[in-house]
Amino acid sequence: MGETANPVWITGLGLLSSAGEGAEAHWAAMNSAKSSNIDSENFSPYMVHALGDVEWTNQISRRDMRQMEPWQQIGTYAAGLALDDAKAKTDEELCARMDMIVAAGGGERDAEVDGLIIAEARTANDRDAMLTERLSNDLRPTLFLAQLSNLLAGNISIVHKVTGSSRTFMGEEGAGISAIKTAHSRIASGQSDIVLVGGAFNGEREDMMLLFELGHYVSRGAFLPVGQRTGDDAGFNLGSIGAFLVLESESSARRRGVEPYGELAAVAADHGTRNDKAASSRLTAALEKVNDGNINAVLSGATGVEDITAEENSWLNDSLPHLSVRGFGNHTGHGIEAQFPLGIALAAIAAKKGAFYDPVYAEEAPLDGSPQSILVTTLGHYRSEGLGLVKPVSN
Amino acid sequence: MNTKDHRGRPIVAVTGLGVVSSLGKGKEENWRKLTAGESGIHEIERFAVEGLKTTVAGTVDFMDIETMSAPELSLALAEFAADEAVAQADIDVGDFPGPLFLAAPPVEMEWQHRFELDSELPPGEIEGYKRLLQAARKERHQQMFELVQFNRTADLLAEKFGTKGLPISLSTACASGATAVQLGVEAIRRGETDTALCIGTDGSVTTEALIRFSLLSALTTQNENPTKAAKPFSKDRDGFVMAEGAGALVLESLESAQRRGAPVLATIRGCGEKADHFHRTRSSPDGSPVISAVNRALEDAAVSSDEIDYINAHGTSTPENDRMEYNSLKEVFGDAIHQIPISSNKSMIGHTLTAAGAIEAVFSVLTLQHGCIPPTINYDTPDPDIPLDVVPNTARQAKVNNILSNSFGFGGQNACLVLSNEFG
Repeated sequence: MGETANPVWITGLGLLSSAGEGAEAHWAAMNSAKSSNIDSENFSPYMVHALGDVEWTNQISRRDMRQMEPWQQIGTYAAGLALDDAKAKTDEELCARMDMIVAAGGGERDAEVDGLIIAEARTANDRDAMLTERLSNDLRPTLFLAQLSNLLAGNISIVHKVTGSSRTFMGEEGAGISAIKTAHSRIASGQSDIVLVGGAFNGEREDMMLLFELGHYVSRGAFLPVGQRTGDDAGFNLGSIGAFLVLESESSARRRGVEPYGELAAVAADHGTRNDKAASSRLTAALEKVNDGNINAVLSGATGVEDITAEENSWLNDSLPHLSVRGFGNHTGHGIEAQFPLGIALAAIAAKKGAFYDPVYAEEAPLDGSPQSILVTTLGHYRSEGLGLVKPVSN
Repeated sequence: MNTKDHRGRPIVAVTGLGVVSSLGKGKEENWRKLTAGESGIHEIERFAVEGLKTTVAGTVDFMDIETMSAPELSLALAEFAADEAVAQADIDVGDFPGPLFLAAPPVEMEWQHRFELDSELPPGEIEGYKRLLQAARKERHQQMFELVQFNRTADLLAEKFGTKGLPISLSTACASGATAVQLGVEAIRRGETDTALCIGTDGSVTTEALIRFSLLSALTTQNENPTKAAKPFSKDRDGFVMAEGAGALVLESLESAQRRGAPVLATIRGCGEKADHFHRTRSSPDGSPVISAVNRALEDAAVSSDEIDYINAHGTSTPENDRMEYNSLKEVFGDAIHQIPISSNKSMIGHTLTAAGAIEAVFSVLTLQHGCIPPTINYDTPDPDIPLDVVPNTARQAKVNNILSNSFGFGGQNACLVLSNEFG
């Protein structure tokens, strides 16, 4: 692994999930076996890691709130937290030149309108005519803007005035991986000084859940740790997650006098079909690109989807045996596009504390001493694999 | 020949182009019709239009797909364009030596699929998405699942063309195609790769998509004469025409292109971008973000404003966009803007949304190659507030060395490219 010309520091974190908001809430949640906000009633037989009470107006005006669907609110809120944390929020000049990469899905629907149309379609003489009439009359004109993938970034620009550049990546877990990787590359190569990067997902939506349950990727029944889910229990519990980071060149952070959480030392990603342990071969190649020889802790974004979670587990055992591996999906649920950014953020918290998360589940081993380099993994539920390496910054 | 630019970065060449639009398949047919001033806009036949305010579009109805669905059509369009581009670049299909950057429309489950799921269950008490979830739970719907995955289009293209690494699917709304090109340029300049496959595709004209834009009053309602509906910069313009298509570009470091003996069709000399925080759908009244994006592109390219020979406009034909585009360009170019030819491809192919920036980049390279500027058609009633040389109605022969191509989108997205046939 070569040294980059510009070390990439993590200087701000914005986290919002069932664990609460901010670094300390997530540190505490990751060290506890009890998930704070499990909702197993509203979506039965599925459970979700739901958001608790959020004081939205801390980051978003009521006027702007009305223009957003929940996933955009979650993301815009988390982005605001990250900017605050990096002492960047009130620096207009900085925000005006700050680059932004957002990993987003989208398409949150008006479930009530959709439900009425589905029911009416069963008996409609002319289904097309009914659909046209219903959609023309019942869709809120502004709903479209709350559904468009790039309008999370658009809302962040409007609310927080981040306007250097704005790109939205789509494609489930891979979008979050590509967003972090591209942000890292931009800073390491000198194309950017500072990038706001992250993703958001609202797990408390049946319309979103349906997209994954079509392929039977959503876990049913009571909570089990991701590594123990099989059969109908296999799959993920969705989580409402907003995870944003401010990544910054070391020189920019020093100029601004901002303390880093840690360094994002490297990111590698790949994709392909998953026959014959192909994902393991790709991970091995990716690990070679990020491994600095000091990895002693792993934060796994494992989904609980049976085959790929088992494959990750055995790959880790073969490639990096006897390490402390913690599955963060157990604590916050699965956040799709937000999953990899969340993992990088959790690693940054540990790097700053000089301590790793305590084992919570049976299969997890403790880490003696401090984390040196923390490997973050995210293997998409269907496609895409990413690895990131976070390490402490020594003074 | 120098293969580094003024900042010591690799010069980025275009070595392959592919396109499909409502005008037809491929560069030859598109260019012939584009320079003849033909329109691809027609009455919509894909779905019933009774009760809709807008009944015209530039749909692409001649692709070979089994059943119409937006992701399937977007894939077929992208595949066609990429095939043509990769062949021109003389690269083996199946072993493309760089990454894929794909601008694609956001994916949603479609109505036909909701109705299908609903019909799988006997009548019951549960309604809405709870009921659809129940149907999904009963048995795996693999095909439907794959169709609603955002990464599917990029995934299948990456497999077919053998691009390297994790493909990036992106959206910057109506600037997406330009952003895909920009990402490719940046990756090559970082030295991460010698080549990149950049595609913009959009096959998403559906009832609901049309109604959504209609509800935002973005579409023309001049349905009587479809080929006349898109009239950028005209006084009587009243909205854009939704359309479909795809554009693909093989980008390659000039050094790699020369080493391979690949055709160098043009260079992407500069890119500029600036986000707007004014409003979700409207641009800042003072045009400052667009002005910034244009200036940044010129600076990045080290091209002065008087070296721009032609502007490929965003030119959507909405009252607001065309006025804003003119006002912003006037700030950058001064009075000289009234002498620079500027035309809108959208007058003929409509607004291909996610694909527009890529298709217009392809047409810009063809403009450089052929020394011929495609017209703005339907320019019968000039808007006195927009006194531009829009290359009205008839194509024009001209020596063109540097082109500015503009793309703007909802969500405050502004991206500009400078394309050139001067290398170095």
